[in-house]
Amino acid sequence: MANNHKVSFTLNGKPVSVDVEARELLIYTLRERLAHTGPHIGCETSHCGACTVDIDGMSVKSCTMLAVQCEGSEVLTIEGFEKGGVLHALQQAFHEEHGLQCGYCTPGMITRAYRLLKENPNPSEQEIRYGIAGNLCRCTGYQNIVKAVQSAARKLAAAQTAA
Amino acid sequence: MIPAGFDYHAPRSVADAVKLLGSLGPDAKLLAGGHSLLPMMKLRFATPSALIDLGRIADLRGISQAGNEIRIGAMTTEHELLNSKLIADKLPLLAEGVSQIADPQVRYRGTIGGDICHGDPANDHPALALALDASLVLTGPKGERVVKAEGFFLGVYSTLSDTDEILTQIRIPVPAAGSGWSYSKFKRKTGDFATAAAAVLLQMKGGTVAKVSIVLTNVGTTPIKAKKAEQALVGKALGEASLNEAARLAMAACSPTHCPRGTPDYKTAMAGEMTRRALQTAHARAKP
Repeated sequence: MANNHKVSFTLNGKPVSVDVEARELLIYTLRERLAHTGPHIGCETSHCGACTVDIDGMSVKSCTMLAVQCEGSEVLTIEGFEKGGVLHALQQAFHEEHGLQCGYCTPGMITRAYRLLKENPNPSEQEIRYGIAGNLCRCTGYQNIVKAVQSAARKLAAAQTAA
Repeated sequence: MIPAGFDYHAPRSVADAVKLLGSLGPDAKLLAGGHSLLPMMKLRFATPSALIDLGRIADLRGISQAGNEIRIGAMTTEHELLNSKLIADKLPLLAEGVSQIADPQVRYRGTIGGDICHGDPANDHPALALALDASLVLTGPKGERVVKAEGFFLGVYSTLSDTDEILTQIRIPVPAAGSGWSYSKFKRKTGDFATAAAAVLLQMKGGTVAKVSIVLTNVGTTPIKAKKAEQALVGKALGEASLNEAARLAMAACSPTHCPRGTPDYKTAMAGEMTRRALQTAHARAKP
């Protein structure tokens, strides 16, 4: 029992390989083996969304997925958002709109919002609230989080038009 | 919170999964989306000796139409159901139910088959499956058998599926044209299970009820088909009196237990109210 598994996947565009027990949850692999501490452990019971990462086009709570299930996957964490010293539009918008207070939920919020905007580039306020319903903000700062997502959506759309 | 140790298997075909399930014995569990099983394993409520991950079996995913039937692979995710044009067009009741399950992250991983097989009366798919008169394809060492969703749920975490069988497909007849529908779910917050919910599928004819299904979530050990409420409505117009009577009969079919969501009386009252609202919404959507 509990044999180790070699698991290979892409993390923020770079191939990684780890030896894990089958029971190891992805959040631990990311934080403790791969030193990616952006995804946070909040509730550890798949309620809060602080551990949200993007896997093969899905927003996933990494406390509720086994690392062995990631074999061959493309995993994106908050560490993969900034490119060459330039913040992603969502990161910039959270900064400008005061979309974070304590910051604990922010990596999960931004990672979830990223996939939401990929699927729906121009969401209504209601669609944003429904789309981030799996992420809890313990500061209850939802108003500015929603504003930040709206702002990022506008900027991404403008950048798309300009390109 | 870390699960107890287990062996992990990720077969690529249903045949291999069935073989593994047979050889590993009853302590092995099937892993679908994992959003019920993994939390239970983390809390050590479940300590399977092995997990058979169905996530690599492509044949278990997808939505298609065969004649008058929609066929859904058991590993199709809630997210896929919610974004399927076929489901939106042909089974809007299912789409409406799925939209109220858990939260976006859970819907990316959670599957219709896992939700059904878990046998949790708090889950939403069991009531939806009954309301839609779904059939379930179970695949075991002796081949396939098809059973009705009605009768599949035996009790809390208990279903008709044998320990060597895998639910591979859900088959749902397309409801009659003009049918009204509603899944009315009362929950404390996003991500919570229903305090009570009602699935309704309704056919009207000449201003009266021709056919109706009413199935309740989380007010008993299985989804509850409120048959007396259904029978009472057939042939009647949907007005204050008939709605009250249907709600009363639906409540009489409930036997919820006490939990942090409320007392049995409260949950029963909410089931009555959800029945009333689901019938009203379905009525507004039904074509006469």
